[in-house]
Amino acid sequence: MAVIAYREAIAQALREEMERDDRVFLMGEEVALYQGAFKCSQGLYERFGEKRVIDAPISEAGFAGLGVGAAMAGLRPVIEFMTMNFAVLALDQVINNAAKIYSMSAGQFRCPAVFRGPGGAAHQLGAQHSQCLEAQYAHIPGLKVVMPATPRDVKGLLKSAIRDESPVICIEGETLYGLKGDVPDNEYIIPIGEAEVKREGKDVTLVTWSKMVYATLDAAELLAKEGIDAEVIDLRTVRPVDKAAILTSVAKTNRCVVIEEGWPWAGVGASVAALVSTTGFDDLDAPVERVHGIDGPMPYAKSLEHLALPTAETIAAAAKRACYRE
Amino acid sequence: MALSRETQIGLLSRMLLVRRFEERAGQQYGLGKINGFCHLYIGQEAVAVGCLTALDKDDYAISGYREHGHALVRGVPPGAVMAELFGKATGTSRGKGGSMHIMSAEHRFLGGYGIVGGQVPLGLGYAFASKYRGDSTVVQAFLGDAAVNQGVYYESLNMAALWNLPLICIIENNGYGMGTAVARASAVTELYKKSEGLGVHSEWVDGMDVIKVREAAERLVERAREESKPAVLECRTYRFRGHSMADPATYRTKEELEAYRKQDPVLSLRDRLKITEDKWKAMEAEVKAVVDASVKFADESPEPDASELMQYIHPTNDNNAPERA
Repeated sequence: MAVIAYREAIAQALREEMERDDRVFLMGEEVALYQGAFKCSQGLYERFGEKRVIDAPISEAGFAGLGVGAAMAGLRPVIEFMTMNFAVLALDQVINNAAKIYSMSAGQFRCPAVFRGPGGAAHQLGAQHSQCLEAQYAHIPGLKVVMPATPRDVKGLLKSAIRDESPVICIEGETLYGLKGDVPDNEYIIPIGEAEVKREGKDVTLVTWSKMVYATLDAAELLAKEGIDAEVIDLRTVRPVDKAAILTSVAKTNRCVVIEEGWPWAGVGASVAALVSTTGFDDLDAPVERVHGIDGPMPYAKSLEHLALPTAETIAAAAKRACYRE
Repeated sequence: MALSRETQIGLLSRMLLVRRFEERAGQQYGLGKINGFCHLYIGQEAVAVGCLTALDKDDYAISGYREHGHALVRGVPPGAVMAELFGKATGTSRGKGGSMHIMSAEHRFLGGYGIVGGQVPLGLGYAFASKYRGDSTVVQAFLGDAAVNQGVYYESLNMAALWNLPLICIIENNGYGMGTAVARASAVTELYKKSEGLGVHSEWVDGMDVIKVREAAERLVERAREESKPAVLECRTYRFRGHSMADPATYRTKEELEAYRKQDPVLSLRDRLKITEDKWKAMEAEVKAVVDASVKFADESPEPDASELMQYIHPTNDNNAPERA
């Protein structure tokens, strides 16, 4: 095991897949000479040259569409958005073309492209740069959406995404890039659509993904001090969701809290809560609790930003409500 | 190089096929056999025929939602196109596409797309792949005059010029984006001029004259293949029908329509070639047989099976994906 940063794990995944398959190329803003706005493509331009590591002009819809076309033509594009907020400009290409082409052509064309970039709040970046937009993608049939929380997971899931025959959205945690963690020395992939139990417990299931995994694990420690044994599930993929992992855990604990950084209405957390409340209804001893960001644009001020986001304390409080301990 | 009489008759016959196929599609729409949106190509035949016949078999073409004609000229069987319009299992996309999404990987026709201008960067992606592989294929991306007002058109052309990609954008300027005249939507009405500032070679041609279109297209295709450079070709044309089946086209005058009818691309070439009445009747009969057969095929084809409802959402990751589509 090597201990490396999340951003290094991304660069390793890209390098390994580019070594493995010469159809793979990386395109995006500042990915080549600058080596990535978040240094996720460190060393790749030097290694693979301008043919395969390409600085794009600031034309998100244009270069995302280029990626869709190149993928249809048989290449394996990895399209980097500097942030997922900018990727909003390319939603037409992703939703109307990438997600639909396999169906609209009845299997004649496919789009094995990866669209990746950072999402979520990251220390006072304001309303336009702090958004959790996974719901926009997770809503769309034809797409797969991964949101890895650790260096090991981002490497394994990005490699799976590049090899996948479908368009895959990989939303990275903007504050996770510097986070260090164990990564296996040998080659490995992590299958898309598999959740991971990050902490086993018997009293309540805490379901989350991306950087909320850390606040949730902290909450589990707070709960442990009060005698509540929480199980923490990291979804890792938000489409397709590992329904079995969620329902199996709830069948054991009979209580569930869904934690997400983003907005509450019509989001991924809402769908997970609906799944547990319907399919898992007979297993529940209490209503499903939800913890999420405020239902409003992110403010800039440090104090307000802190209030806008879930914390270990608000997560623990919700878990106690689910356990009728409050 | 001047086109031989035989080649010109070939162009005429393809235009006639598109014309009669589209007339029949309009009729079948009226009979309720075709539903949803249906944008007919009648009047614009010289553009698809002139441009697409300048391509090799290995090249690629992509279009917007008025694309039945492009598919036919690219060689997609008329029966499969009509069956797709009918929503039948034998259609080009097994009934998953419809009028706006006719596509055929076999014919390297990348399809019809329903978001105005959204197909242009896909064509750019194919041009990128062509250069990436070094296989010297070129791409023709068709778009309407209104698509020139979309930002993604300029984004795509900028990248094509920046990276020297063999993308030819063909503007089919039929004078109207739906019901809005070009001059009411674009400050510059000579649409080819709008891409000159991007460093893209741009020109216009009389889109009612298939010979002129073909000559311009051949030149630009050769240039794209030899020099790997993008180009824009504005074809000034006219659609004789409304925007879609729901459009009676009251935003234009009878006089205007009549003036363009005098330039009918099919009839004017027929007259120029001095096709005899017997020969013309024979050509008409041949095309009618093909169109009749396409309708019969579509009529007799089965509906898609209910089991296909959830098919073709995700490919399986069986690693058997074709090397290229």
